[in-house]
Amino acid sequence: MTLAVFFGCTFIAFGPAFGLFLFTIAHDPLRIIILIAGAFFWLVSLLLSSLIWFIAVKASDPRDELLQKGLLIFGVMFSVLLQEAFRFLYYKLLRKAIEGLMALSEDGCSPISIQQMAYVAGVGFGLMSGAFSMINLLADALGPGTVGIHGDSQLYFLTSAFMTMVLIFLHTFWGILFFHGCEHQRWWEITAVIAMHLAVSGSTFCNPLYVGSLVPSYLLMATAAAWAYLLSGGSAQNLQRFLLCLQSGASPQLGS
Amino acid sequence: MITFMNNSDSEEEPCNERTSLMSAESPPVPSYQDGLHASEAGEVQAHRKRRTGSSRSPNDTADGEMSDSGVPVRESTLENEEEELTLKYGAKHVIMLFVPVTLCMIVVVATIKSVRFYTEKNGQLIYTPFSEDTPSVGQRLLNSVLNTIIMISVIVVMTVFLVLLYKYRCYKFIHGWLILSSLMLLFLFTYIYLGEVLKTYNVAMDYPTLFLIIWNFGAVGMICIHWKGPLQLQQAYLIMISALMALVFIKYLPEWSAWVILGAISIYDLMAVLCPKGPLRMLVETAQERNEPIFPALIYSSAMIWTVGMAKPDTAARGPIQQTWDAAEDGRENHRSPSHAGSQMPETRSPVPTRPTTSLEELEEEERGVKLGLGDFIFYSVLVGKAAATASGDWNTTLACFVAILIGLCLTLLLLAVFKKALPALPISITFGLVFYFSTDNLVRPFMDTLAFHQLYI
Repeated sequence: MTLAVFFGCTFIAFGPAFGLFLFTIAHDPLRIIILIAGAFFWLVSLLLSSLIWFIAVKASDPRDELLQKGLLIFGVMFSVLLQEAFRFLYYKLLRKAIEGLMALSEDGCSPISIQQMAYVAGVGFGLMSGAFSMINLLADALGPGTVGIHGDSQLYFLTSAFMTMVLIFLHTFWGILFFHGCEHQRWWEITAVIAMHLAVSGSTFCNPLYVGSLVPSYLLMATAAAWAYLLSGGSAQNLQRFLLCLQSGASPQLGS
Repeated sequence: MITFMNNSDSEEEPCNERTSLMSAESPPVPSYQDGLHASEAGEVQAHRKRRTGSSRSPNDTADGEMSDSGVPVRESTLENEEEELTLKYGAKHVIMLFVPVTLCMIVVVATIKSVRFYTEKNGQLIYTPFSEDTPSVGQRLLNSVLNTIIMISVIVVMTVFLVLLYKYRCYKFIHGWLILSSLMLLFLFTYIYLGEVLKTYNVAMDYPTLFLIIWNFGAVGMICIHWKGPLQLQQAYLIMISALMALVFIKYLPEWSAWVILGAISIYDLMAVLCPKGPLRMLVETAQERNEPIFPALIYSSAMIWTVGMAKPDTAARGPIQQTWDAAEDGRENHRSPSHAGSQMPETRSPVPTRPTTSLEELEEEERGVKLGLGDFIFYSVLVGKAAATASGDWNTTLACFVAILIGLCLTLLLLAVFKKALPALPISITFGLVFYFSTDNLVRPFMDTLAFHQLYI
């Protein structure tokens, strides 16, 4: 465990998210606030789900392994559901905020649209979720030790970093999908998001059989990415035009 | 306390924000056109946040009628854009405060995590005489409550003393007190800090070099904070002294006392700023009666000015106003200046004579700023630093407290935009911070540890 591991894992886990932040969020104060508020909402959801799990664990027999495992599974699933519930609450709050922003602006349009808010909220959730999963690991990676010396997987840090990255992306896309579903009353989109989240969290139960958790998660991420892209107004032609423009050297005119 | 700042023009000609020397005092705001103000005075500001309304707010609440006189309304041509700009300004102000608060916390957390000195127990301050080394929980709790009572009483006494000094115009005394405390912070504490950092990284430094560094750092700091200096440098120095003060608190306050003190001080802040007989409120009102600016050296101000077009304003007319400003520096010792401690008072608009009409052509685009007292920085950093130092959940707890404090600050600024008067900046943030510290440390940490052990992701 060296500086190389630390930096490598940090950049794997947070590099893309940091890039997203730098290029799309950092310049606009309103988006930064929405990001931090999103992180806060995720934090509150985590708090409540930990509270429930903690009470359940304290009320149960600590020596019963199977029960503890069962409680852990319950804790994870409950936490996922609570996160999505808080995403919905955040959507409600942002809806009210947009109405306020529209009322305050002179031409009746708010400076930020609900789709942009959905994206930023997703990034906020993702960053906080990733940070909570990864930061302690990174701090430990700086210190002395050997990974997997007791027979566990030696790829622990690396797979954690990849898992964190995919989760951050997933949260971003889920934000877009979820808000779109709420906006247009498409409940099947919302249930799809919840189902995907449960699937991803459930797949991590396969760890350390990483092929069972990382591969499905990345596939789900690709699906969610394509879906979110289509919902945001993208299409195959847009993509083609974008790529072709790049090849021809002209700057692409992309709609936001 | 947290207040809106209307503008902080430099006393001399307006310059580019990058080159202007920002006076430490809040200079008078040249009143643009009284007639223009009068027309706006009657507007209902209830749900439309107009820039003029917001900028007029500190005065409105304290003395109703004088709102017209000093408030600058920039260009009437810009009024239409102000509506939209106001909210953009609102969000911008939040970020203008997020950045320094974050920087201060980063400095404190980085120091706590790397320099052992600030987490070692080496005695206690005389303000917290009761030791917490007792075996029983009840005794320890009692000792920490007693420590808190003593500390808060010291603060209350000092605040009242300061208010009395200010009321009876003992400006020289306050001035001297303030200079003495900044001297101590900038030289002594910096010397100790530098010494400990060098020890941690095992870097050798000879005394002449050390003297040179500390002397330059301290001298430039004194000038920037108490006189004039580039805005960014002034802000950087204020952040650094807040971080130093927070580190001192983290080192010398015993564990439980620190948490109880944080809680008690936010309650005190709430009362001192909002109650009619609160010392800070009286300070604010006295300053407004006298049309004097608020403590320059103990407030972090985020204002910037940009000017487009360089018509020189009528500086002669502003001359007589300057004298009142120098005298009005309120001093509170940094190390016991809580957020409310005088440092946050609403910007008073002094009734500056109107500019000559030629300056109408001048396109001066001024950015409003928000002021946050250094005590707020200090106590936010104390909370996050203590979380970093003592939480066994390590970084999760620190991160949670950080986000909680930022959200609290955001909410406080929202309330500021709504109520438009000086508000205590500690209560909401510290409450969130404390709640999140204890719940993350005791509830979230075991959950996340178990998840990490099994490599599960939620």
